[in-house]
Parts: sequence; structure tokens; C-alpha cells
Amino acid sequence: MSKTRTLAAPGWFTDQPQPTLLGARCKACHALFFPPNQSFCRNPECASTEFEEWPLSRNGRLWSYTTNNYAPPAPFVAPSEPFEPFAVAAVELEAEKMVVLGQVPRATKLEALEVGMKMELVVDTLFSDEENEYLIWKWSPVT
Amino acid sequence: MADEVAILGVGMHPWGKWGRNFVEYGVAAARAAMRDAGVEWRDVQFVAGGETIRNGYPGFVAGAAIASALGFNGAEVGSSYGACASGTQAINLARAQILAGFCDVALVVGADTTPKGFFAPTGGGDRQQDPDWLRFRLLGATNPVYFGLYARRRMALFGDTEQDFAMVKVKNSQCGAQNPNARYPKAFSLDEVLSSPMVSDPLRLLQICATSDGGAALLLTSLDYARRHTSNPVVIAGASTRTPRYPNTHLEMPDFASDSASKVAAPDPGFRDSIAQRAYEQAGLGPGDMDLAEVYDLSSALELDWVEAIGLAKPGEAAGLLRAGDTGIGGRIPVNPSGGLGAFGEAIPAQAIAQVCELVWQIRGQAAGRQVEGARVGVTANLGLFGHGSSVVVRAH
Ligand SMILES: [Zn+2]
Repeated sequence: MSKTRTLAAPGWFTDQPQPTLLGARCKACHALFFPPNQSFCRNPECASTEFEEWPLSRNGRLWSYTTNNYAPPAPFVAPSEPFEPFAVAAVELEAEKMVVLGQVPRATKLEALEVGMKMELVVDTLFSDEENEYLIWKWSPVT
Repeated sequence: MADEVAILGVGMHPWGKWGRNFVEYGVAAARAAMRDAGVEWRDVQFVAGGETIRNGYPGFVAGAAIASALGFNGAEVGSSYGACASGTQAINLARAQILAGFCDVALVVGADTTPKGFFAPTGGGDRQQDPDWLRFRLLGATNPVYFGLYARRRMALFGDTEQDFAMVKVKNSQCGAQNPNARYPKAFSLDEVLSSPMVSDPLRLLQICATSDGGAALLLTSLDYARRHTSNPVVIAGASTRTPRYPNTHLEMPDFASDSASKVAAPDPGFRDSIAQRAYEQAGLGPGDMDLAEVYDLSSALELDWVEAIGLAKPGEAAGLLRAGDTGIGGRIPVNPSGGLGAFGEAIPAQAIAQVCELVWQIRGQAAGRQVEGARVGVTANLGLFGHGSSVVVRAH
């Protein structure tokens, strides 16, 4: 029986062939936020509380990267045992002028990463339980 | 200047992994600071405690918990939390009470008992609205992950090397080995640092600060009160607990993203550069006036970021200072002569207070084995999660 594909962070990204992160754009001042769960516009010149969903660029430049060589503590759930080290990327989006974090798929070797390289958004497994495969966005080098 | 307060006494409980109640460390540090000042507990009019969030209810009311353990004396009390900046929050609370004329004698104290391993979010359950919970759940973004990102960025942008980062640890461990309050009395070699296990590339185990038990305290007074006790008190000339200005374009722990600068331009200076600047302005001094600094070396590489953020070097030039020996004892501007967090480990409500303790010992010439000769004025810098800047300028009066 195949597991249900479940977004680990509903409303934060789309699960489609060309996935995107979903920001929130203030309807009044057009300031952009990620994650999108905003109740208040954080621009100090704006008191708006109304936002619209705003897909972010799928591509950006690798701002920096690092690794988790040891398993992070709970509430992190490792997708497999024994723990497999993985990389974390910070990617700079040009149009949005912001840097967004994401895991890097396990298949990507650390040596393949270089600050400044082009990255794209993908959707991959965060972890699975009996019924669900929980999905998360990740940053992958553009091949 | 009229807006200065005196640091009449400083004290610590040695840092380690003692596993006892945090109140014990707080009381020991407080008694040491009062003894150092020659002030009796009955004369303390205000107690400012830095809170700890990992020790139950007493931790949230740390000022009262420690005052109660000393024996309630009717003093006013306040407890502050600003994550790693909690100590400076408590300092500024006490400082404001004194400068407002509400009291003459205030005790500032922070102490912590910490769990083993990396800091994990506090409390249980699913907390889909808490960014500190979500960053672990969705990204596995531990604190060392952020330190690794900053370090790798320096390598790409400025050409810093893994050896540079390891040298920070070597330098600070030499000081830590001379500090009786530090947790790690060992001077590490470059080889030892570079052969410790990789945690968050490019940072290794010996370059990431541990979590510790410990305590630190200050006895603050008005200048008038201080002059009745000593002819040359050390004073707080400036203290900053400022927040960022939107948009903060630096990716901060525990955030998933930096603020977007697409609609509102990024402020200049940015948040980190603005923190000490406010303390300098209050003191009427600048980075060029400093004789030493205690900065927030959660990782070895992060010390270099702070050396630049507090204006001791231009962006990208901190590693050059390090290589030239300028930031070591005997150098032009020694940084972290206490040994820093690398030698102490984090005891969150105590660490910003401990930075000030070290500046006072240095300015008084009481830092045997790690003394910065002729130290007259110094600065601290630190940063708490969720926008808590922290910087204190301390000088001989
Ligand atoms: Zn707005």
C-alpha cells in the first residue's frame, strides 16, 4: 500500500512538478514574507493584517551551506536509521532579495556544493510513518 | 558623565557541568560580587535576575529565586529574558533603576543549569507556530548549522580558512587555561582542533561552544555611592539592548529566511553592526578607543564576524588581525581574553554578565595569566535569539 503524500508544512510550498515556496505578500505595502504564516505586516511603516499568497522564485544562488554530521535533537525525525549526514543550504533569491534555508537532498555530495552556484527548489521526503510520507522543500544544485 | 553607573563588585561561580540547582551558582556568584564590593546583602535595594527557561518556574523568576535563597530582604526585584542577551537585559534594568534615582545599590545575577548536548527547543508537543520548534522539525537546523553557514560564507567571501577558525580556538583556549572560572583549563593545539570530529562543516567539535552550568554577578551602584567605597570605580559607560530595524537582511537563528529587502531597503548599518554602535554612542567612544573586547564566540569563526561587527576591523579583515596576533594577549586589541564561550560554554543568563566581569578584572589589573596590559576601556557584544542585541562599554573612571 502506498503512503499518502502529506506536506510537512502545509501552505509553505507546493507539491507539483515545478514546486515553489509560498510567501505572503502584504496587500498594503507589498512587503514579502517567508514563512507565510503572518498575522501582521512586519514593515514598521505599515499596520496591515491582510496578505496574499505569493510564490517565490524557484531558483537562486547558493549563499552558504553546511552539514549535520550528527542527528539533530527532537523534534527532528531522521528519515532512516542509522542516521545519514545531510547538508543544509541557504539560497539567495535575487528578485525577493532574501535568503531562504532548506535541506539538500541526501543524494547530493558535499563536494558538489559551491557558494554562488545555481540552486533549484525540489520536493523530497522529510520522514515517513505508517501511513504518510511527509514532504518538505529542499534546495538542489541545478544540473 | 552623569549617565554612568559604577561596577563596584564582580563575581562568578566557576563554570562546568556540575548538575546542581542553578540557584546555588547564582547565590555563590552574588555573594562573591558583594564581597568584592564590600557591600552587605542587607544594603542591596534592587535585584535584577537573568532568567533561565530550562529550570522550571524558579528559572522564570530567577531574580526572586536567588533573592529568596539569599534571604528576602525587602529589595525590589525584576527578572529578564532575552535569550543569550538576558544578562545585558538584567544589567540595563538595574542600570536604569540607578540612573532614575530609584535606588543606589543593585545586584545583577544570572545562573544556569543546562542539559547535555545541543540546545533543543524547550517544552514538548507539536508546536507548528513556534519557529524554534519548526526549524528543528523541518530543517534539522541546529545552532551549529547556523554557525557552519556563517563560517562557510566567510570562506567564500573573504578567503578565510579552516585553519583561521581553528586558530581562534587555539588563541582563546590559551587564555581559558589561565582563567580559574573557565570550564576547560586546557590549551589546545592546532592539530587537536583540526582533528576533532566534524559537526557542521567547516566547523569541528572543538570549535563549537558547549552548554555549561555556571553563574555570574555584578554589584552596581550610583557613582556617588561608589565614591564612598573607592577612589577609582570601574563604570558602565554605555549599554545597548537594541533590536533590529526591518528588514534584517542577515539570516538569524532561528529564522527560516532573512527579511526580504525587495520593498523596503535594508538599513545601514545592519543589525549586528548597530548593536555596539549604540553602546559606543552612549559612552562617547568609538571602536578605536577600545583596549580589549569580549565577543560572542558561539563558534570559533563567529568571533571573526563580531570583531568586524563591533568595528575593530573592516568586513573581511578580522582573519588578518588574527593572523598578525593583534587579537591575542600582547596584541593591539585582544579579543576574548577570558577564553570566551569556547573556554566557558554557554550558561545563557550568565554569559553577558560574565563578559562584563572579565572587562572589570582586566581594567583593575586582576586577570593574572591573561592580563591585557594597560587595559582602560573595553566592549562586550552578544546576541540573543529573536532580535536581542547586547553590548556594554566598560571603562576606568
Ligand atoms: Zn505591509
